[in-house]
Amino acid sequence: MITTSNLSKTYSGKEVLNIESLDIPKGQSFGLVGNNGAGKTTYFSLLLDLIQPSSGYIKNNEVTVNKSEDWKPFTSAFIDESFLIGYLTPEEYFYFIGELRGQNKADVDALVAQFEDFFHGEILNQKKYLRDLSKGNQKKVGIVAALIGNPEVIILDEPFANLDPTTQIRLKGIIKDLAEKQGITVLISSHDLMHVTDVCERIVVLEKGEIIKDLKTSDATLKELEKHFAGTVLSEE
Amino acid sequence: MKIKNFLSLEWKASFRSASFGKSMAIKVLMGFFGLYFILMFLSMGFGMYWLLKKEFPDQNPLLIVNNYLFYWVIGDLVFRFFFQKLPVMSVKPLLILPVKRRKIVNYILGKSIISFFNVLPLFAFVPFGSILIANGYPVDSVLVWMLTVILITLCINFLNFIIESFSAQKELSFLPVIALTGGTFLLNYFNVISLTNVVAQGFNAIYETPGLVVIPVIVLAGLYLFNFKLLRGALFLDSGGLKKEIKEVNTSSMEWTKNFGDIAPFMQLDLKLLWRNKRTKSSIWILLIGLFYGLFFYPQSTYQGLPWFFAFIGIFVTGIFLINFGQFIPAWDSGYYKLLMSQNIKYEQYLKSKFTLMSISVIILFVLSIPYVYFGWKILLAHLAAAVYNLGVNTHVILFTGAFNRKKIDLNQKAAFNYQGTGAVQWLIGIPLLFVPMGVFAIFYFFIGFEIACLVLAILGVIGIIFHQKLMKTITKKYLESKYKMIEAFSEDN
Repeated sequence: MITTSNLSKTYSGKEVLNIESLDIPKGQSFGLVGNNGAGKTTYFSLLLDLIQPSSGYIKNNEVTVNKSEDWKPFTSAFIDESFLIGYLTPEEYFYFIGELRGQNKADVDALVAQFEDFFHGEILNQKKYLRDLSKGNQKKVGIVAALIGNPEVIILDEPFANLDPTTQIRLKGIIKDLAEKQGITVLISSHDLMHVTDVCERIVVLEKGEIIKDLKTSDATLKELEKHFAGTVLSEE
Repeated sequence: MKIKNFLSLEWKASFRSASFGKSMAIKVLMGFFGLYFILMFLSMGFGMYWLLKKEFPDQNPLLIVNNYLFYWVIGDLVFRFFFQKLPVMSVKPLLILPVKRRKIVNYILGKSIISFFNVLPLFAFVPFGSILIANGYPVDSVLVWMLTVILITLCINFLNFIIESFSAQKELSFLPVIALTGGTFLLNYFNVISLTNVVAQGFNAIYETPGLVVIPVIVLAGLYLFNFKLLRGALFLDSGGLKKEIKEVNTSSMEWTKNFGDIAPFMQLDLKLLWRNKRTKSSIWILLIGLFYGLFFYPQSTYQGLPWFFAFIGIFVTGIFLINFGQFIPAWDSGYYKLLMSQNIKYEQYLKSKFTLMSISVIILFVLSIPYVYFGWKILLAHLAAAVYNLGVNTHVILFTGAFNRKKIDLNQKAAFNYQGTGAVQWLIGIPLLFVPMGVFAIFYFFIGFEIACLVLAILGVIGIIFHQKLMKTITKKYLESKYKMIEAFSEDN
């Protein structure tokens, strides 16, 4: 589904990302981990054509993302709060995204209704603007909005951060369901190794912009990741 | 924490802000405005004595001035209400540090004294007082009189913050101050209570009996203490100045926008943008000012004889929204620009929504400006030509320049100080939009005639309308070219 080839990004002489090759097949739940500055968000931004690659390219379903915009109809993302429109209510925001993705109000309502549990009664019918919601609740809105319009690729940057434990567990269920049952390719990044190993079939570790591990998740993965990151801490000290 | 630390924080805040370089031009312009006011006040201070002596030879200039001080007080109060704010927000990080709250409060209040608003009156009153002394008025009395003026300035300073803190949380927050100042003005005007006299006699009494100066001192101390109490209570995250105000939302589905077809979602978004953010709401208020702008000129016979000037006013009156709203495209959407860019949208629809909004505003404003025909049919004709020009040329020009927009707008920012910066920039960008058509109009007016000049403006507008599709294509292309630069600029924090 997503093919990355010789991709690099350089900021004033400093290379922040360099991925020779990375293939993510359709329907995979893919996890990206790494310390701050490892290049996770840079990779997602390149994938969404928000920044330009210094070399190489990413193909999303055979569409080169920085050449054509045809990847947009089947790709959705929630990266950070800058994907929210602060002066809309959650409902208005869902409808707006819905309209951009060719969904009418009834479609959106039907989809959103599935997430009543996830919202925990704090999102819908609150008569509040998004900017006045707490960080965690804003995140819930952004994540659910990324599911509108039957996307085939969903990109979530740090989806677990700022969420309360109950919501984290529910979100894990939602993500698993997307990949396993609906065949959607889900890309997430996280600092929480436990969550990623719970949710993702495959985990890639980035360090200083390069892939240093590419693991198929098994029972031993969490241990291996913990050992790896503990190791990097030790070696840096 | 000493005063020194506070000052060093202040210094760093102003010189290390990311927008320092960018806003330099605005600061220079504001500086010129400031200089202009200083010169005005200075010349008032130096000229007042002689002017009053000449006009009213048998009266005491000081007494005349005292008679008008009442108007200064209420005028100053209104002006400050809209332009002077207490910078409470900046002390939030200090709250959990080992600094006494008392100190923080004193610092905020003390800082407010060193304000342009408080210094400006000195430029008028110091020369005036000096001239009085030079003309044989008793030195000590005049000095006490000047001291009183300073004390009253400071009283206004602190009174303003009290009024603000009581009206800040309310919708239409300017009503109380308008009611208060308007009320006192009317009471005075209809001689119910002659406040002019009260103020004048107060000043006269202090002038004659300098000991009475303790009264304004006591008032000032009272106002300061009251402010102190208010502010001290407000330095908690859940109260007063630091509280995030959350209003209940009324939503409407705006079904009528569906008439605009595929740009409907963006139209809805733009309308909500305008109505739901403080920053944009102010540009709606400016509409009113713009609409009445012609009243400054048309009633005067001087301008009646200057028909080439009508086009300028016409462009301004019918294009005020266009200029105000248009110059910040696409920065209005900077907060969620990444979202728009990763969504399945057509850039052209996005821009077309803005274009439609601006065009409608021009038509509505033209219709509302029709009553100006009272001042002559030529004005109506010039306004019509200007409106067509706005529709066909200025809309496209302003959309095009938007592609070079690299400055983020924080819609959530509540600081009212934003308005000032905005005002200055608005004028700068407004220049090409206003003066080019005025120049074209003036040239044709002087060489051929009024009707032809109107016709030329209108024809230019019609040409723009005819080539609308083509122009929009070019503009869209320009926006696409600068996509990455805009995303980068808009994600930087100011």
